[in-house]
Amino acid sequence: MAKSNKPVVWFPFAAGGTVIAFCMPVIVVLGFLAALGHVPPGLSYENLHAFAAHGLGKLVLLGVIALSLWSSAHRVRCTCYDFGLRADTLIATVLYIAAIVGSMATALFLFRI
Amino acid sequence: MSRRPLVREVPPTTWFFRHPRYMRYMAREVTSLFIGAYCLLLVVAMQRLSAGPVAWQGFLDALRGPGAIIFHLLAMAAAFYHAGTWFNATQKAMPLQIGEEFVNGSYISGAHYLVWAVLSVAVLFFAGVF
Repeated sequence: MAKSNKPVVWFPFAAGGTVIAFCMPVIVVLGFLAALGHVPPGLSYENLHAFAAHGLGKLVLLGVIALSLWSSAHRVRCTCYDFGLRADTLIATVLYIAAIVGSMATALFLFRI
Repeated sequence: MSRRPLVREVPPTTWFFRHPRYMRYMAREVTSLFIGAYCLLLVVAMQRLSAGPVAWQGFLDALRGPGAIIFHLLAMAAAFYHAGTWFNATQKAMPLQIGEEFVNGSYISGAHYLVWAVLSVAVLFFAGVF
């Protein structure tokens, strides 16, 4: 059977696309309220820290951020290709490494909380 | 006689101006840039949160201002456009068959929209927005 790395790339991509669709709009809305100066109570240090201090909260934050990062990396790679940047191997390597480093950094930050 | 397959010239950077369908495709592609940037902002947010209350307050203060508002408006447009197109595509990506019949696609997309709305309202509620 021919071996392919596509499922490894595609599963987090599809999962990330779904996570982005369900979660990202409301996250950006919360950020928008903070940008307007009306910081929602849930984004206060005490509340968000308490959420991130809980094991389940850590898992949710890491899951959303890591899957969104991976999906975005894959999509930006395709976007670069569609805009005529054909150095695909270089772009893919840089973006996937960035997504992996970002996910590991997020895990480390959450572990410290 | 040598075989010469037809290779149509496609301009690599301007091809999507040729057809509105390509433009819609590219509009969706561009949303990934804003969502990707927002993901990086979330990584920074986690770093600031782990660094303590002073760092977190500094992050919230840095988030204020006209530049941040414009960025958030663009990111919001991107996030909502991605969500809408994603849920519209679910009926094609995972058609549901019960017995002989396929379930009407609008029910599949509609169910996704419903879950999305409930989830978003729940997050806003627990974040104390209302």
